[in-house]
Amino acid sequence: MDRLLSIIAAFSIVLIGVVLFNIRRAHIRVEYSVSWLGAAIILLILSQSPWILGQLAHFIGLNNLPVSLLLIVGALFLVVFFRFSVIMSDLKDSNVALTQKVAILEYQINALHEKPQSSRRE
Amino acid sequence: MIQAKGERPLMILIPAFNEEGAVGTVIREVHSLYPDLPILVIDDCSADGTRTVALESGADVITVPYHLGLGGCVQAGYRLAFDLGFEYVIRLDGDGQHDPAYVGLIRDTLFRSGAQMVIGSRYVNGGGKHTSFARGVGIVFFRWFLGLILRKRVHDPTSGYVGVNRQALEVFARSFPLEYPEIEALVVLQRLTFRFEEVPVKMRPRMAGTSTITAVRSFYYVLHVLLGVVVNILKYQGSKSRP
Repeated sequence: MDRLLSIIAAFSIVLIGVVLFNIRRAHIRVEYSVSWLGAAIILLILSQSPWILGQLAHFIGLNNLPVSLLLIVGALFLVVFFRFSVIMSDLKDSNVALTQKVAILEYQINALHEKPQSSRRE
Repeated sequence: MIQAKGERPLMILIPAFNEEGAVGTVIREVHSLYPDLPILVIDDCSADGTRTVALESGADVITVPYHLGLGGCVQAGYRLAFDLGFEYVIRLDGDGQHDPAYVGLIRDTLFRSGAQMVIGSRYVNGGGKHTSFARGVGIVFFRWFLGLILRKRVHDPTSGYVGVNRQALEVFARSFPLEYPEIEALVVLQRLTFRFEEVPVKMRPRMAGTSTITAVRSFYYVLHVLLGVVVNILKYQGSKSRP
């Protein structure tokens, strides 16, 4: 159990480090790093506080702390993935609308360019 | 640039992706039958000469900057048609399967019936039944499934040969399914208590190219459309329960 908690703690610290490094390098925007940082901090707290983990395991109805911890880890990452699915869907909708708008504007601009040329010819 | 002219301005919309072998013939056929109708081709970022062929054949062309898929292209056309003040839009596929000879029938049914959508159906009154086996199975399944939901028989729910009036145009310009839009669009119409009618048309074999719906993708198609329909039903229930 102690080894598992230590591994989870180390993983959380590495995850926080990687996320902060990527924010600094501007590879992740701050608003999209919040979910990962939140998940990593919760894991770090749980791995360093067996009492809280025990209370959560009792709430879930499991006596086995490692299994409870793994369940919580899985649930946390599912929430993070779901949040990103929502963000991706929103971005896709915006992207499609923007693309359509750009294509329509390009068509209208080309038509405006053609108009004076054809009227000059006349 | 195309313009909405006349008392009941109507536009022909042709979404096309890598259809250089067929789109020119389709445009020329429409022009020869209906010389006054403006034709807008939405080129879905084709890798071949679709845009050039369409322009040379006398259509107006919008090329989207990246591959949007069928629904995204059709919606771009609907948006422009709505903004330009068109009252009606009839959509034809760029692969030549939709015979332009039936545009007049769809147009007249739109004018006469007041229905928001008119579908060119290959299964009404013994129309041509040219379709693949996988698509045929899908049509039978969705015909049954939509019958339960819409409480009205739809003979050809996957047909993309459709005409819409300005009311439907306004709705679809705002929101339109991105992939495989035909069936979901019917459920959207039902949710808004809009009406649709079917008229008999004959479908032809593709003039060139291959269909994007392969046997494997047809499974994805069924799942995708089923999910889309269920989501639209949930929206429908939600709107009914609202005070």
